[in-house]
Amino acid sequence: MDLTKLTITQAKQGLKNKEFSATELTEVFLAQIEKREKDMHAYLTVTDDLALAQAEKIDEKIAAGEEIGDLAGIPCAIKDIILLEGIKCTAGSKILENYIAPYDATVIQKLKKAGAIFLGKTNMDEFAMGSSTENSAFGPTRNPRDLQRVPGGSSGGSAAAVAAEECVFSLGSDTGGSIRQPASFCGVVGLKPTYGAVSRYGLMAMASSLDQIGPFAKNVADCKKVFDVIKGKDLKDSTSADFPQTTNYKLQTTNLKIGLPKEYFSQGIDPEVEKLVKQAIKKLADAGAEVKEINLPHTEYALACYYIIMPSEVSANLARYDGIKYGTSAISDKRFATSDLLDVYLKTRGHYFGAEPRRRIMLGTYTLSAGYYDAYYLKAQKVRTKVLQDFQKAFEQVDVILTPTSPTPAFKIGEKVDDPIKMYLSDIYTVPINLAGVPALSLSCGKIGNLPVGLQIIGKHFSEDLIFQVAGMCEELLRRP
Amino acid sequence: MFDVNHIAKLARLGLSTEEEKKFTKELAAILAFVEKLKEVDTQNVEPTAQATGQQNVMRVDESEKQDEKTRGQILANAPETKKGFIKVKAVFE
Repeated sequence: MDLTKLTITQAKQGLKNKEFSATELTEVFLAQIEKREKDMHAYLTVTDDLALAQAEKIDEKIAAGEEIGDLAGIPCAIKDIILLEGIKCTAGSKILENYIAPYDATVIQKLKKAGAIFLGKTNMDEFAMGSSTENSAFGPTRNPRDLQRVPGGSSGGSAAAVAAEECVFSLGSDTGGSIRQPASFCGVVGLKPTYGAVSRYGLMAMASSLDQIGPFAKNVADCKKVFDVIKGKDLKDSTSADFPQTTNYKLQTTNLKIGLPKEYFSQGIDPEVEKLVKQAIKKLADAGAEVKEINLPHTEYALACYYIIMPSEVSANLARYDGIKYGTSAISDKRFATSDLLDVYLKTRGHYFGAEPRRRIMLGTYTLSAGYYDAYYLKAQKVRTKVLQDFQKAFEQVDVILTPTSPTPAFKIGEKVDDPIKMYLSDIYTVPINLAGVPALSLSCGKIGNLPVGLQIIGKHFSEDLIFQVAGMCEELLRRP
Repeated sequence: MFDVNHIAKLARLGLSTEEEKKFTKELAAILAFVEKLKEVDTQNVEPTAQATGQQNVMRVDESEKQDEKTRGQILANAPETKKGFIKVKAVFE
């Protein structure tokens, strides 16, 4: 039996039946990481000591017949922007190259309580800024389906680690598509929860009105299991919300109303992607779902709106990396002499931030600066209202909206790295969802050659349970010949 | 129009001469791209700061005392410390 292929449910069953121990399971994954990492570079830090110590404790509990948590003994990986106490947390940046997390993020506390085993921290675009993981200061991750291609980004390491069977599940963060687009490129399931559904305490902030933490998994059921563990209100994140009580009703395809926004099936989409997404939707229609065309008329403005709001918030959030409190500093770098405080700031931030964070910090500083605030930031926030209203109107007519996750499958390493706008366009179908704060899941609906194609399922605020049910149906229908 | 040196200074980012040119060009392209928003009529539209409508989440105004271990871990991350405090260069001459 190849233990790396197990789902959460299967692994849990195996542990319960004593077919293998948590230590054995962990060792199998550490060996897999050892074997695959030369090609993949999905991990920035492997926490083998921590993982084995955790596994030992779970084994003791199992041996003593004690009650174990929902994810007990299940090996996972965490995007390197979420704090895990005592472990390095770099955000893919030179500026945090030696930063050791002094506490656990709320999601980590919850996973620890549920008994999950931490295998390590995964690679990402610097400060979650990018769509390919090529912006990592520590080198790109490769796509396990085709090593010449990117895994997507910014949570590329987390998606690739699940796809390459280097962990059972992982966590990522999504500000404009950073969970769904890599899930699509690597052929795994990824959820961007409703804004506020998961606490962000201990997640390094990028754009605070957009950021969310979410899970990657091999299938829909696993994704739901992880989400159920990490969701809920947290006093330490004032934007987090009480998640409404789960309804137990069983969805029937014949009661399901699906919206297809015509703006998402227009120019720029790879015809093969469109074909696979439409085939999946047809299967739902054949099973009795009602499919209707809808309009999200402000879609064409969403990306421009995002590229004002996000950098503005980035410029404020990244002000904390100043070479004084933590992180790499010009003070301790022998190459620099620092005369005064301003000089420390200029040299620290000038040298240890990569090109993309600097680009976005400057853009945001400009759009927030005196005389430009109304024309850029305020205008973008008003357009954001229009984008949100588009979704609200659509959800008066339909239960879920189905679209492609990305206009293309995974692109080649190096293909878009020199053209920021071209790179930004790969998030065109995911960005509007963050602006509206609604949840969306990406699930593989087929392949072009070796390259997976993602189907995006969007629901109204806090409708994750419905999304999981629809995603489960799709998974089932797509499995049939 | 766009003075890259002024913005870099506001953002506390040191730039080399080569970077000045590169960023001027790239930022101009992005700003041209976002010009598109002007087409949208936003008269009488309220701005959205975040999408789920939460407002004024309050908590009791009390500080949480950190233990010595956490304090030590936080200080260990600082480039320069003195007597248990983070050291900062003089702000005034």
